[in-house]
Amino acid sequence: MPTFLEFEKPIAELESKIEELRHLSDAGDINIAEEVGRLQAKADRLLRQTYGRLTPWQKTLVARHPERPHFSDYVQALMEDFTPLAGDRAFADDHAIVGGLGRFRDHSIVLIGHEKGQDTASRVAHNFGMARPEGYRKAQRLMELADRFRLPVITLVDTPGAYPGVDAEARGQAQAIARCIETCLRIRVPLVSAIIGEGGSGGAIALAAGNRVLMLEHAVYSVISPEGCASILWRSADQAKEAAEALKLTADDLLRLGVIDDVVPEPLGGAHRARAQTINALGDALEAALRELKEGDPATLRSRRREKFLEMGEGRLS
Amino acid sequence: MSWLNNFVRPKLQALVRKTEVPDNLWEKCPSCGQMIFHRELEANLRVCPHCGHHMRIGVLRRMEMLFDDGRYQRLELPRTDPDPLKFRDQKRYSDRLREAQGRTNEQDALIVAHGTMGGAQTVVAAFNFAFMAGSMGSAVGGGLIAAARLAVAQQAPLIVIPASGGARMQEGILSLMQMPRSIIAIDEVKEAGLPYIVVLTDPTTGGVSASFAMLGDIALAEPGAVIGFAGARVIEGTVREKLPEGFQRAEYLRDHGMVDIVVSRPELRQTLIRIIRLLHNPQPPAVVEPPATTAAEAFNGRSRPSNGSE
Ligand SMILES: [Zn+2]
Repeated sequence: MPTFLEFEKPIAELESKIEELRHLSDAGDINIAEEVGRLQAKADRLLRQTYGRLTPWQKTLVARHPERPHFSDYVQALMEDFTPLAGDRAFADDHAIVGGLGRFRDHSIVLIGHEKGQDTASRVAHNFGMARPEGYRKAQRLMELADRFRLPVITLVDTPGAYPGVDAEARGQAQAIARCIETCLRIRVPLVSAIIGEGGSGGAIALAAGNRVLMLEHAVYSVISPEGCASILWRSADQAKEAAEALKLTADDLLRLGVIDDVVPEPLGGAHRARAQTINALGDALEAALRELKEGDPATLRSRRREKFLEMGEGRLS
Repeated sequence: MSWLNNFVRPKLQALVRKTEVPDNLWEKCPSCGQMIFHRELEANLRVCPHCGHHMRIGVLRRMEMLFDDGRYQRLELPRTDPDPLKFRDQKRYSDRLREAQGRTNEQDALIVAHGTMGGAQTVVAAFNFAFMAGSMGSAVGGGLIAAARLAVAQQAPLIVIPASGGARMQEGILSLMQMPRSIIAIDEVKEAGLPYIVVLTDPTTGGVSASFAMLGDIALAEPGAVIGFAGARVIEGTVREKLPEGFQRAEYLRDHGMVDIVVSRPELRQTLIRIIRLLHNPQPPAVVEPPATTAAEAFNGRSRPSNGSE
């Protein structure tokens, strides 16, 4: 049973009507077939209209859609011989961040990303993609491993943010994130990051200080969630829509601001409507980015990445 | 009646007024509740003489207490686009900025200074909590880069003193990008083999704690300072339980291995001088060379002299 977002309801209604008519049209009634065609055209038009001008808040909802492809879906479709590696070698293995070795279209790589989970049980197991310090320390360890064996790193970012908990703070959440960003910026191998869903604040940038930062068309990436921003600046989470507008968190905005390098288009109706197609499109974009970077020598890869981030906020855009 | 009205009442009012308006002269310690005479409080670097509670201290006063003879020079922050997102909540960000600039007489929430500490040339970048809660936007990030490069140019240690609620939300994603940006800045100091010391003061939270602030070669913290990533209220909302005693305080971080030393403010200068000498100046300096006044001019900004008074 697919999940429909509030603003998708008119489309959902049309589609269920079409479904009903199709069941009736077994006899090959010409009138019903015509009606189905008419409704289908209407539904397509509506879908195109709706998705052609999603508001920042609607994009936030699409980015959080439960049926959107998650880390494990990308692994399944794009990786061969994926070998997950566990643990931070200090405290535990965090399931909110998954990482390991594998082959991606003939490149041996290290793949790291947030996993949100697909059903209630796995969402709880992955803590909804909200990592604790051991998650960032695992990511750091795997990036250092990649650096040592000269393997490119791909990170897939999809998190509401770092986990806000007593245990996470006690074990140094801030320090773990800081070290993880520092490691992104220090390694001498290609680092390609993609924001595939929600790019939530410090928990996201921890994995996203890459040579290339790609972003799916309807993904969002922000310093704070629209709800969090609204509750602070508007003193009410009800103003999340306004906050989403103000924060400039869409892929187009971020491309204009020079924070990301490329937007990967999603199929009509969003990634959740055509998962395989989305995964392949991102795969192609990741591969193209890797090919470009593979030629670079280690020192240049590192220094270019640092120069890029050093410039952010210098005021290139007004 | 008239006797009471004309004579006693004014006197009573005078008495009442004295206890009502002591705000300027007396300050109440938020920890022990004692009233402290302002001059005593200032002389004590805004540490309560009764209970040792550390109140927030002005950033210029902070600079003055650290440098030799309270003398230092300032580095101007590099110019940035003041409002890259044209951000507007209930108020325009550009108006909020202007207000903060007018109130503090500063450009943004970071002050970069250089001078000598114990005779050794040192660069200090300190956050101004009075400026939009010390939040980190592009100007602060740019200031940290300028401070780091000045330290490298002067072959001097860099001390950074955060007092910040975190990222400057009104600069959106660009404020988040100041996390990697500031980390690269301090990494340049580390790569030059120079000490990078942080003094965590109240508060050091959010995107500031999760970037340069937690990466010091040495991490000092002021007693009682709130230091952490997530806000206490957010955590309470998530875990739905009372937070442990002293949670996210400097001492808690030290006990959990995140901070080297909790140092009281009156001892901060001497502690820093000692650490810098041990790390950076193996031999005690015999002759104290005055810092070159134009040293900063080659880097990202112009120096302006300061008499070190607030
Ligand atoms: Zn007190």
